[in-house]
Amino acid sequence: MQTTSWLILAFPLAGAIINGLGFRALKGRAPGIVGTVAIGAAFISAVLTLIKLQDLSPEHRGALFVGWDYAKTVGVDAKVSILVDPLSVYMALVVTGVSTLIHLYSVTYMTSDRGYARFFAYLNFFVFSMLVLVLAGNFFLLVVGWAFVGAASYLLISFWYRRTTATRAGIKAFVINVVGDIGIVLGTYFLFRNTHTLDFIGTFRQAGTIPHGDLTAGLILLLVGAFAKSAQVPLHTWLPDAMEGPTPVSALIHAATMVTAGVYLIARMWPLFEHSAAAADVGTIVGALTLLIAATIGLVVTDLKRVIAYSTMSQIGYMIMAVSAGAYAAGLFHLMTHAFFKALLFMAAGSIIGAMAGEQNLDKMSGFRRAMPFTFGCFVVGGLALAGVPPFSGFFSKDEIIAVMGQRGGWHWVLFVVGYIGTFLTAVYTWRMIFRAFFGEPVAEAAELEHGHLHHAEQHTNPANGEVEDTDVGFPGPDHHIAEWSVPMRAAMGILAVGAIGLGFLQLPFNGTNVVDKFLEPSFRGSKYFGSLHPTDSLTTIGLIVGAVLSLAGIALAYRIWVVKPGTSTAIRERLSGVHRFLVNKWYFDELIDLVVVRPFAWFGRFGQQTFERIFVQGALVDGTSGVVRAGSATVRALQSGLVRAYASLLVLGAVAVGLYFLLQS
Amino acid sequence: MNIGWYLAVSALIFTIGAAGVMTRRNPLVVLLCLELMLNAANLALIAFSRMWGNSDGQIFAIIVMVVAACEVTVGLGVIVAMARRSVPIDVDELRELQG
Repeated sequence: MQTTSWLILAFPLAGAIINGLGFRALKGRAPGIVGTVAIGAAFISAVLTLIKLQDLSPEHRGALFVGWDYAKTVGVDAKVSILVDPLSVYMALVVTGVSTLIHLYSVTYMTSDRGYARFFAYLNFFVFSMLVLVLAGNFFLLVVGWAFVGAASYLLISFWYRRTTATRAGIKAFVINVVGDIGIVLGTYFLFRNTHTLDFIGTFRQAGTIPHGDLTAGLILLLVGAFAKSAQVPLHTWLPDAMEGPTPVSALIHAATMVTAGVYLIARMWPLFEHSAAAADVGTIVGALTLLIAATIGLVVTDLKRVIAYSTMSQIGYMIMAVSAGAYAAGLFHLMTHAFFKALLFMAAGSIIGAMAGEQNLDKMSGFRRAMPFTFGCFVVGGLALAGVPPFSGFFSKDEIIAVMGQRGGWHWVLFVVGYIGTFLTAVYTWRMIFRAFFGEPVAEAAELEHGHLHHAEQHTNPANGEVEDTDVGFPGPDHHIAEWSVPMRAAMGILAVGAIGLGFLQLPFNGTNVVDKFLEPSFRGSKYFGSLHPTDSLTTIGLIVGAVLSLAGIALAYRIWVVKPGTSTAIRERLSGVHRFLVNKWYFDELIDLVVVRPFAWFGRFGQQTFERIFVQGALVDGTSGVVRAGSATVRALQSGLVRAYASLLVLGAVAVGLYFLLQS
Repeated sequence: MNIGWYLAVSALIFTIGAAGVMTRRNPLVVLLCLELMLNAANLALIAFSRMWGNSDGQIFAIIVMVVAACEVTVGLGVIVAMARRSVPIDVDELRELQG
């Protein structure tokens, strides 16, 4: 087991190094194949680890493998160690499994891009970082993985580095992620100063002995990290902008894997969160707020990928809410089903964007149903799963979360209601997107595609601001690809579609098939919620019925607004223009952050520059020092008259003075 | 004879030389005055040497003469070069060292 679990990390790293250093030698699609094989091998290693893990008795499922001591000084035990238990293996399986398919999809999707090898090097590096994060056995390695993932995300968002909008989005994502990194580091400090160990298991063992104030402060700081990485309010503004990256990146990083790191972190830290109800409540409430806010914004966004991005935020809100409130298995189950259907939706969106020659605006799309039946099918499967229609996977996972909220009782009933409002909104915005893109009169691009010809833009432009671009390195390549015409893309999407349909059966309600529950159980041994927090049968029944009805009602509403009476949305928008403006401006979060953080800091910076820098540093320190030196040297220079006789006189005078001194001394 | 007389002569010659170096503007005369100073020092060295009945001071005087010869060679060479380039033969005019 030790070998296979280290191999999970080794393969992606090897792929990143081969692609990163060997990009000159690797011709054609070789980098893509190397990258895909590397991740595929990591997936196989993860499966082998799983098999070996299942061979052990449940009490012994969980092993800490120490690679080497990184630093061992006064009281700090920073080791490179990985923790292999059901939870980390579960995450590793999801990450490597979905990543393999997305790599496969990218092999074709990115073909014409000049940065092909660079793309796969980054993508492999990302998977490596993510696996370091999930396999980390102590806080030290967790921070390393956490920061690596942020860096990989930055590199991939800014992959088209000559697009100013993309580089800007990359910087935004990186800065907000660094805020989260600081939260993680400081949170670790608060825990470490009480436990004196960085090791997870050692920390958890002492969870009860940490003073309550320090524990809550540390956990809230850890939550800041989780919120930044998982795009939760108010640190979410980077995620929609991150859609500037290539579509496979959006599918892999900003939907399926990286943004779920916060969910994993909270689930991993469960022994601590169960000792601090305050911190857990913060997580629960922020998750609920995010799921509602993101869902409302999703109703009005017109950029295809951003609609899916907001739905990602919303779904991660569900997961954060779940794991913070003790519904660990439900949250992690939703994490897995979401990874499948969201990656599928992004891939299908990539196919449409390919057909639209890079255009992402929903207003310009219509009637792709006949032109791209396969993409349409995938979109429908993903949309049904996301909306939570039975028996698709999202139905079971989402309703389990909501039912557990009801089971917690007390104020968690509010979250129960919020969850169902979210379900309804999710169905509306998801199907708004599908109806707008696939139904109605075919646009020119769709009509062209129906005749078997893929539209090519006369001039390549940035879809965000219309700037004219070329197709050289640093910009997207000249050719676009759609799923219908490419076997690898179809294969990847087909597998994901099967997962999106069928994964729900892993964990059927009423103790049907509790595969996820049973598998994760050893990781949550001793939890006060994991074993006991099961919704009653009546609650589950009501939940399932309400969930199914609400999601179907949402789809029906979307159908009515955007298909039956296409003018309705305009009418609603005009009647509720204030609400619409509020939502289009994304609840003014960008402006709020600008007002609260950016401007005060900019003002403080200007103030510092004008007063401290200009008057003290420049005036007193720099000019003062140089003034003293200048005055001194001016005096000395005046003595250099150039008159030899004067020098001789000085010499004689000096000698006489020395002589006189010694005479007088004696 | 008392050593004081020798030293008095030596000091007199040294003062004359130093005053010449400080006041005269012709480099030839300045060189001459430098020689005076060196020889005043030599006189003092030899006087002390006789006083102690020991030849170290005499040897030292010979070394000083060698140094003086070298110095005169260089100095005269400079003066000849100045004359050839029709630079004014006046130490006060040579002020390139001014800061």
